Amino acid sequence: MGLEEKLPSGFLLTTVEQAAGWVRKSSVFPATFGLACCAIEMMTTGAGRYDLARFGMEVFRGSPRQADLMIVAGRVSQKMAPVLRQVYDQMPNPKWVISMGVCASSGGMFNNYAIVQGVDHIVPVDIYLPGCPPRPEMLIDAILKLHHKIQNSKLGVNQEEAAREAEEAALKALPTIEMKGLLR
Amino acid sequence: MSDVNEPNPDKDLGAQNLPGQRGDHGEEIRVQRGMFGARNGGDTTGYGGLVRSVRLPGPATRPYGGWFDEVADELEGALEEQDLLPENAIEKTVVDRGELTFHIAREHLLRVAKTLRDDPALRFELCTGVSGVHYPEDAGRELHAVYHLRSLTHGRLIRLEVSAPDSDRHVPSLVSVYPTNDWHERETYDFFGLVFDGHPALTRIMMPDDWQGFPQRKDYPLGGIPVEYKGAQIPAPDQRRSYS
Amino acid sequence: MNTPPASARETTEGPVYTVTGGDWDEVVQAATKADDERIVVNMGPQHPSTHGVLRLILEIDGETVTEARCGIGYLHTGIEKNTEFRNWTQGTTFVTRMDYLTPFFNETAYCLGVEKLLGIEEQIPDRASIIRVMLMELNRISSHLVCIATGGMELGATTIMIYGFRDRELILDAFELITGLRMNHAFIRPGGLAQDLPPGAMDQLRELVKTMKKNLPEYDKLATGNPIFKARMQDVGYLDLTGCVALGATGPVLRSAGLPHDVRKSDPYCGYDTYDFDVPTADTCDSYGRFLIRLEEMRQSLRIVEQCLDRLREPGPVMVADKKIAWPAQLALGPDGLGNSLDHIKKIMGTSMEALIHHFKLVTEGFRVPPGQAYVTVESPRGELGVHVVSDGGTRPYRVHFRDPSFTNLQAMAAMCEGGQVADVIVAVASIDPVMGGVDR
Repeated sequence: MGLEEKLPSGFLLTTVEQAAGWVRKSSVFPATFGLACCAIEMMTTGAGRYDLARFGMEVFRGSPRQADLMIVAGRVSQKMAPVLRQVYDQMPNPKWVISMGVCASSGGMFNNYAIVQGVDHIVPVDIYLPGCPPRPEMLIDAILKLHHKIQNSKLGVNQEEAAREAEEAALKALPTIEMKGLLR
Repeated sequence: MSDVNEPNPDKDLGAQNLPGQRGDHGEEIRVQRGMFGARNGGDTTGYGGLVRSVRLPGPATRPYGGWFDEVADELEGALEEQDLLPENAIEKTVVDRGELTFHIAREHLLRVAKTLRDDPALRFELCTGVSGVHYPEDAGRELHAVYHLRSLTHGRLIRLEVSAPDSDRHVPSLVSVYPTNDWHERETYDFFGLVFDGHPALTRIMMPDDWQGFPQRKDYPLGGIPVEYKGAQIPAPDQRRSYS
Repeated sequence: MNTPPASARETTEGPVYTVTGGDWDEVVQAATKADDERIVVNMGPQHPSTHGVLRLILEIDGETVTEARCGIGYLHTGIEKNTEFRNWTQGTTFVTRMDYLTPFFNETAYCLGVEKLLGIEEQIPDRASIIRVMLMELNRISSHLVCIATGGMELGATTIMIYGFRDRELILDAFELITGLRMNHAFIRPGGLAQDLPPGAMDQLRELVKTMKKNLPEYDKLATGNPIFKARMQDVGYLDLTGCVALGATGPVLRSAGLPHDVRKSDPYCGYDTYDFDVPTADTCDSYGRFLIRLEEMRQSLRIVEQCLDRLREPGPVMVADKKIAWPAQLALGPDGLGNSLDHIKKIMGTSMEALIHHFKLVTEGFRVPPGQAYVTVESPRGELGVHVVSDGGTRPYRVHFRDPSFTNLQAMAAMCEGGQVADVIVAVASIDPVMGGVDR
């Protein structure tokens, strides 16, 4: 979004990628986007025992404009969906989304008229976190995995290349219904 | 409320926990055929000939037992004082499972509720809201609005039930008597389409304003999607085989 | 900057300004040029201080709120409809997720309703009722702790938030030991409980009561006499007894107006009439009174938990004896988590075909409930939680309606906030302690 995106590919960009990734992952600011049960576990994660401050993330920003991570914590209703998208649109790039809990990831047990069957219908999701609600340890694990992803994210032309590859892979991927084998 | 002696003829049958076979007592709301909910095509389950009538507890006869008689007497007396024949206002009185239910004719609901709230011997000050129930096959009485009234003074709880046909979904609003019903009536309107006449602002409360239909009616589908697994797909919860 | 900070649009009720950013002072300056305009501020549904996805629509004149309205439904989950497509036992799994801070109250209320429909209230084993009471009272403490913690956080007092969540964790540890889950337990089932207390639970619970007795006075020391805390809370969110009863407010809101109405005392369930506890009240009708009531209720809950622990010394069944209703399982911890014990599986698979058929029928089909309706109330931490269950004689509920105290109490928001300051709205809403999962269901 700044100068680092304009750099030419090659040795220089790779080094900048590492540095930018390290800086970005070390100061992720989550937006307060608590919806339901998972929001309580998200708050617990920020509080004393689990202490998100260890990862530089204890400050939940009240304004989406200051945040770069949206933890969708809970079930998203049809009425909330446009609001969620607006909050996401207000967040500056680069931004990431953790879909916390089964309700946000797939609708979960609330397979009905009121709930959006997966928040990925509305916003792109980086990490799907199962559980109803996930334990704080699971949320921390998801956050660490996201940190890893941020650390290794590409910049500039490399990022465009990576996005293209990811899209091709997704188009080629086998649909769930055609998969065989155990559920794992 | 175990001191209430049960005049309900269905009570002894209920103790067996049989599938709702309660003899000829009560009020039939539906006739159920078959099992497993087969709707399309022939029923190959072998249970197609099964016929079961679903009956809700019917009207009770005096004495109702416990304080129920006192409340009923007071209510009837108070209505008579207002030149309203109790049998016109109270369609029937049901005593079931230690609970007293007055079925009220909807045109008299407002006056009955006001009486229940203001009469010193009744004093049902607290209304705990309204719950809608939809009986699609109970012709002429499809939509029910159920109110539970609590008397803080006397420590009593009663139920008022009002019904409206689906073709004329109107029930008088109780907001002027119990302001707490404001949101409850909006919720019931939102979910069942019952129009509460006289409500100050009857709009949707839970669903988005532009939502089509009333989602908790029985004729509104659950709206789930089929669930996909590796190599398999199971239908949405309301499309699955059911045992009732 | 040349562009105006707010675009104005004329309507029949005067100009409407749409503010999308910029300097607030400029917006207000532009707006005050006309003298008869009104400013409508929309707070939420995603706002750090509205206690969940609650939307507040405030019409303000300077700092004074002239009109306040709530927008709800942003968490409407359709749980009531979903239960109609699952059997009676599965219903607990859904209702526990309604008011997610008070799962045990939702479960108990629902199960009491189903038990009333089945006509088996008298057959519920004592031990099951005692454990229900104990879990509910522990849940009351954890719920009040979250109320005080998040309420404090919304006032800007983050210390109290850290304290509240610290103590809540201790209670959740006990829940996890007993039910296997931190939240959304589905542990209380129609007819009793999913299983008995695990080994070691009694010791941990005694230890918990001891720790909580030590920790609870810290809230007193931290907040009760704190001048800033008092200045923010006293005489804020005023609602007197007439208002409470008219608006149907129950729980701490009603008790802060001086009426000691508590369903545990007035219409006892689960044997609450045999426990020794007080119902605290206040006569201030304000947020501070509600805070003090919640503090005292936590102490009273601890008293009840202690009495439960004394009664739990005697072993006994935790499920009704009627095998047509009781869940046919002896749970045991296996390598892949909690499940049916191998002994039970061996028995039904190897020796008794009838037991296998019975197990299959009860698990896949569920039990049938005679037609009729029932209404049960329990005293949740927020007030009177009512459940209206209707059965048509089938294996699934015909209709389950929850009269949630958060939903009803939240109606009082307008009465509490109008005429006050904008900052007081936050305090008033926090003192009602609405949980949007319960409000919207």
